[in-house]
Amino acid sequence: MRVVEKRQLLSAEEIGRTLQRLAHEIVEKSGGTANLALIGVRRRGVPLAERLATTIGGFTHSQIPVGTLDITLYRDDLSTIGPHPVVQSTEIDFPVDDRDLVIVDDVLYTGRTIRAAINGLFDLGRPRRVRLCVLVDRGHRELPIEASFVGRTVQTTDNELVEVRLKETDGEDRVVLVERAL
Amino acid sequence: MLLIKNGRVLDPASKTDATLDVLVEGERIAQVGANLSAKDAEVFDAKGLIVAPGFIDLHCHLREPGQELSETIESGTRAAARGGFTAVCCMPNTQPVNDNASVTRGIVERAAAAGSVRVWPIGAASAGSKGEALAEIAAMKAAGIVAVSDDGKPVATARLMRQVMEYCQALGLPVVDHCEDASLAAGGTMREGPQSIRLGLPGIPAQSESICAGRDVEISGLTGGRLHIAHLSTRGALEHVRAAKKQGWRVTCEVTPHHFTLTDEDVRYDTNYKMNPPLASREDRDALLEGLADGTVDAIATDHAPHHPASKDVEFDRAPFGITGFETAVALGLNELVHPGKISLMRLVELFTTGPARVLGMERKISPGQPADLTVFSDSYSWTFYATQSASKSRNTPFDGRAFHGAPMATVVAGRIIFHR
Amino acid sequence: MVQRLTHLLGIETLTREQITFFLDQAKPFQEFQRYPLKKLATLRGKTVALAFFEPSTRTRISFGTAAARLGADTMALQAEASSLKKGESLMDTVRTLEAMRPDSIVMRHSSSGAPAFVAERLGVPVLNAGDGMHEHPTQALLDALTIRDRKETLEGWNVTILGDILHSRVARSNIYLLSKFGARITLCGPAPWLPRDVESLAPGLRRSYCTEEALEGADVVMVLRVQTERLHEPALPAEEYILEYQLTPKRLQIARPDALVLHPGPMIRGLEIDPAVADGPQSCVLEQVTNGLAVRMALLYHLVGGAAPEVPQTTKE
Repeated sequence: MRVVEKRQLLSAEEIGRTLQRLAHEIVEKSGGTANLALIGVRRRGVPLAERLATTIGGFTHSQIPVGTLDITLYRDDLSTIGPHPVVQSTEIDFPVDDRDLVIVDDVLYTGRTIRAAINGLFDLGRPRRVRLCVLVDRGHRELPIEASFVGRTVQTTDNELVEVRLKETDGEDRVVLVERAL
Repeated sequence: MLLIKNGRVLDPASKTDATLDVLVEGERIAQVGANLSAKDAEVFDAKGLIVAPGFIDLHCHLREPGQELSETIESGTRAAARGGFTAVCCMPNTQPVNDNASVTRGIVERAAAAGSVRVWPIGAASAGSKGEALAEIAAMKAAGIVAVSDDGKPVATARLMRQVMEYCQALGLPVVDHCEDASLAAGGTMREGPQSIRLGLPGIPAQSESICAGRDVEISGLTGGRLHIAHLSTRGALEHVRAAKKQGWRVTCEVTPHHFTLTDEDVRYDTNYKMNPPLASREDRDALLEGLADGTVDAIATDHAPHHPASKDVEFDRAPFGITGFETAVALGLNELVHPGKISLMRLVELFTTGPARVLGMERKISPGQPADLTVFSDSYSWTFYATQSASKSRNTPFDGRAFHGAPMATVVAGRIIFHR
Repeated sequence: MVQRLTHLLGIETLTREQITFFLDQAKPFQEFQRYPLKKLATLRGKTVALAFFEPSTRTRISFGTAAARLGADTMALQAEASSLKKGESLMDTVRTLEAMRPDSIVMRHSSSGAPAFVAERLGVPVLNAGDGMHEHPTQALLDALTIRDRKETLEGWNVTILGDILHSRVARSNIYLLSKFGARITLCGPAPWLPRDVESLAPGLRRSYCTEEALEGADVVMVLRVQTERLHEPALPAEEYILEYQLTPKRLQIARPDALVLHPGPMIRGLEIDPAVADGPQSCVLEQVTNGLAVRMALLYHLVGGAAPEVPQTTKE
């Protein structure tokens, strides 16, 4: 699929500042860090969750546990897409029961990924509360899913894609809006 | 009257290899010479073709009486004619077994009615081929058998083989044995070897054949009787035949086209590669090629063993043994033996004519007064064999879709052209 | 790039990459066995036919559980109950199953080549759960996973396979798999069950009729079952077998101190294996069972989806 870059949404500096702000929001709206844990959705939700946990750790001096979640087995489109995608592992080495969880992902779009993530979490136990933190909300929800913590809201068309690039996965920090080339 | 002109006549009995015409009158050959002419004769132009004495297949299964789903005498003989054969010897393992004169006569009559190739039945050696008592061999001889065999199985014991061989010697009949040691072969579905290990299939060691062949050859020596080893497939058995011939014992043998063409390495989970004796190792196959060239092997025989498609379309170890063979025999002989220079064309003709005839105690030659049985073939005609186009009722062959250079082009039996490509 | 796989008929034709791919894919499913709620909706609406024409409890339950935990439904066919006994052909039995439209067939049969026979004729992915004396690919994969987990790598181990090699599909599949990973394999058993031709299965195979000699330096010892249900000869007296080939603690000491003991099950304690060895610290039999579940889930996940992927896919966010 060929894409054409339309404009930059977030620079490296802006990403950094946004994550700072989100980290503070999370702690504030959670009434502290007790019971709090972050779950990064593979792939790019994982480095985002780790960065948030480090930041939170920096100003609260508490270690927030971070788990990684692979949603492949919970996707709702497996019967239609042909060969099944490779499964990655889910690594959540703390108990999920009674926890105050924040799912972290890079882009919120239709909501189907988050629906799958919630299913995955509930297979592991019964969290007390689950909220969502995303770097970019691009609209076009197909399910009743909302993020409690949003970095940036962007209006997009169906033809456009929000590409989040992170140092850990892509070698640079940048969020761009791209369009499918015809 | 039939005049076959311009063909290359190959007659092993007289060592003739020349362009000659053959004139047939009624059921006999009238004249052989250059530039013959005859008024009112049907002329067949055999230019570019080879004219040989009528081919004989010493070993086939026509499945009638009792197994007509797989083949009938009518369909089988039509397939044999397409294969260039003028006479076939059908084995007695029908239902009921051909162990008495009435069944023999039935077969002979059905063959006459079919009006195609000659059918010379082989009668059972033991009653019901059960390996206990002798069958009614003299009665069957009067009804038309040319040999005895318990084919499908070996003659059960050395003692019985001795009795059969002595009895048949007095009657002037050869004993044809399917050489197999039942205890070694039990449960086996292919040749024991690296391929059987790889495929996870129970194997039959080569020694199953050679041990039984050794037994039979010694009994031939003991009794002076005529032994013919059916579908020989191993070096071990061939060595027994060689040694016996050296001693002057009356031992002959035949090899099938699939045994000189394929090996156990060709076997896969495809029941078209399952037959008994199974496809042999490369070393054994190469020994057969030597035997075909040096005269130790007397004849090529097809062991045409039709099985209707439903019976073969099962798991490998449940499938019956056997493949068809009439329509590919000559082509395989040309492509696998003559074209690569392993034997001469004349030798190939021997293996289909004088060789089998000698086993049966007959003559086969193109000479005035002889029966007008002739096989006309091309050693270059390009064609592809398709099982669905075969005249046989069955399709069990590993050669479906194989391309050949050389084929039977016309078959003449008793002066009539019964097949013309 | 992993070559697409439609059926799993055997290990012989798989590449190292394909094997490694499935072992890696088994990992998330290993973790999954530890979840409190072992039920996914991944294969919901899919049906897996379990066509077991040979008695089997463990493998059938393992595949059935794997399918169920993935959310699939199963159709179970057991030879004793089936019309196969009444003379129905394999083709008819399988066509009957096919008419009920399963999304894949897991098959065990006493005829070598039977799953290949079915795969050629039906348009449904076929997984071989053991065919005659030919292959048992999922067993070899779970054995490999067990070795890799315990030893951290699959490469270059000294492996001794002990027992009735000739009639063992487990032995063949393991020989194929481990040879692809550089194992030095020694086959050991009574002479009638260890013909010279088995050496042609893979390069560098050694044979030995002496258990003590075969165990020297072994990193992995695979003990095979003595198959009393498979009619073959000779029926060696049990006492002879125990005397010469039972894996006793004393014999196990000849192998490396950290050698693994694997057994495909079911074990006959006191026949091919001493109970102390079966239950000892080197025995991996329980992990083999758990890994069997994980491997089978990974295989069903990929094959029921319509062939393993050519390239790792990325998800739509």
